[in-house]
Amino acid sequence: MRMMTLVEASREALAREMARNPAIFVLGEDVRQGGIFGQYQGLFAEFGGERVVDTPIAEATMVGAGVGAAMMGLRPVIETRFSDFALSAVDEIVNQAAKMRFMSGGQTRVPLILRLPSGLRQGSAAQHSQSLEAWFCHIPGLVVAAPASPADAAGLLLTALRGEDPVLLFEAKELWQVRGEVADIDKAVPFGSAHRLRRGSDATLVVWSAAVSAGLDAAALLARHGLTIDLIDLRTLWPWDKALVLESAARTGRLIVAHESVRDGGFGAEIAATVAEALHDCLRAPVKRVAAPRIPVGYALPLESLCRVTAEQIARTVGEACGIRLVIAPRDTAPSAAMQEHRL
Amino acid sequence: MDRRAQSRSLPTSELAECYKQMVEIRLFECVAEEAAAAGHIRGMIHSATGQEAVAVGVCRALAKSDLIASTHRNHHHALAKGVPACEAMAELLGRVTGSCGGKGGSMHIADLSVGMAGANGVVGASAVIAAGIAQALRLRRSDAVAVAFVGDGAINRGQCLEAMNYAAIYGLRLLIVCEDNGWAATTRASSVTAGPGAICRARALGLSAAEADGNDIEAVACLARHAVDNLRAGEGPAFLLFRTYRVRGHTCADPAKYRDRSEHEAFLAQDPIPRCRQTLLARGVPQAELDAIDAAAKRLMRAALDAALAAPWPQPSAGFTDVQSAGAFT
Repeated sequence: MRMMTLVEASREALAREMARNPAIFVLGEDVRQGGIFGQYQGLFAEFGGERVVDTPIAEATMVGAGVGAAMMGLRPVIETRFSDFALSAVDEIVNQAAKMRFMSGGQTRVPLILRLPSGLRQGSAAQHSQSLEAWFCHIPGLVVAAPASPADAAGLLLTALRGEDPVLLFEAKELWQVRGEVADIDKAVPFGSAHRLRRGSDATLVVWSAAVSAGLDAAALLARHGLTIDLIDLRTLWPWDKALVLESAARTGRLIVAHESVRDGGFGAEIAATVAEALHDCLRAPVKRVAAPRIPVGYALPLESLCRVTAEQIARTVGEACGIRLVIAPRDTAPSAAMQEHRL
Repeated sequence: MDRRAQSRSLPTSELAECYKQMVEIRLFECVAEEAAAAGHIRGMIHSATGQEAVAVGVCRALAKSDLIASTHRNHHHALAKGVPACEAMAELLGRVTGSCGGKGGSMHIADLSVGMAGANGVVGASAVIAAGIAQALRLRRSDAVAVAFVGDGAINRGQCLEAMNYAAIYGLRLLIVCEDNGWAATTRASSVTAGPGAICRARALGLSAAEADGNDIEAVACLARHAVDNLRAGEGPAFLLFRTYRVRGHTCADPAKYRDRSEHEAFLAQDPIPRCRQTLLARGVPQAELDAIDAAAKRLMRAALDAALAAPWPQPSAGFTDVQSAGAFT
């Protein structure tokens, strides 16, 4: 058991798998220098310039070339720097990577990995702060993963590197330095397998990515008010762990979904609809969503904060679903240990 | 590229083989258009009639292990690279015997077993995908090369320009073949393309670039062979421009009334197939031999259509396979 930051765990997992599998190579902006968040530190020295390739700022070609290389049996890991920039390669993601296997009648596979640093971080403003995972969940052929812990960041990356699908790995920028226990750096985390972080009986709270920290804090707040929740980190959005969510929601009778991306048309809506369709008779309260309003992310802190999902919002919403109006004292809102070091 | 150093003609036996391939492509397109008119082909098809020499001349320079990526107008590339006509025709008709089992259709013919890495419905996509193929070939220490066919419209897409830059900085074995038929769908390409043209753009990005008459099979084949030889020798990516003519409209539903009749008439004198036939006759190939090639090609394409018509449709369940591995429908 080791304590590692998310960036350390994902870097080590990638390096170890690259050493085992010569088909893996990294391409993207600034990867020789280690990546702007340090996710590739040391890889150039270890694997050289043919396998750690600095690219021009040309996302369409990075991803399009990744498609071509993956069709040849290689496994490109493509760094987009900020997930917002991957929008310059939407054709290559949606029309090429996602469809090549199908269009060719199964003659080829496109096992590329797109790493997408996403979400809010230190006043990054409207074009460097988005959480766009819901867009890609809509596209047949893509796997969408959003790890929140060091062990999951490493484990989901490994599954992507060993699989046959194009995988979009949304990596929350605020979580790079989160520390957590990593029992086995070589342990893959399967897609479609959520992780129940807290067990409770009053409500089911589904979160992923940056909202996991807020969910953990909300669980602690709620516990102080006598409410226990099932807290589920979805980890992969497509395929997603319907079985665990439905089992939990059927038992608790209440579902709240919290995510940092925009609420309207977000993936929380898909989860809410699925649960409502399957569990209409079991639900004791309307399904609730806690997410960002449909506004661009503003620069100034009071504006950026409008898009941040907080533990208080979540706790209040869970309380409402349970018919309890929570009064949250200021001292309750101080960042808990979970924010800094969530032991998952 | 020093074009003076090249041979400008092909041995007669090779030229006859080119003639055969070009005739087959033309008859494939004729039969496909008839099938479309008869309602047997649901989707749009983009006829390559008139552009046969570019596909045949370039693909003759390639080995089976070399890979091509193509465009919405791709039937000639597919056939020239070795996709069996019956499988290409069945794909147009959406049958299980098609090269992609009916999942791709005319715009997505692929046959990796012969190095046809896929046609693409998005203009310029072939360039970036072929760049990645070239990158993979190098990582694998392969001698094979990648070829991207693009049209004159594609050189205004960022992807095409990005791919040239990408190939040049890494010295990839990528050949971009611009098949300039003068029309970007229904818009005259020159009216929407600034500057002195594709060749200058390619050179500005560090590619060696050359052009030849795309309606002259020998000129195409010789220039392509020269370019591919240089590519294999590691001289960096190259760009070839071949001016040709799109006899039909953009799609089978486009009567191309926006074009002046004189354009078509001018082409007739340049049509690569009669030109090739004249050369072969002048070199002493008996007319009967060429007539026999024509007749055999006609029979082959009729048989391809008959076989496709007799082949089954995909089962609806096929729509749910080849989507993804990881929990595709959970």
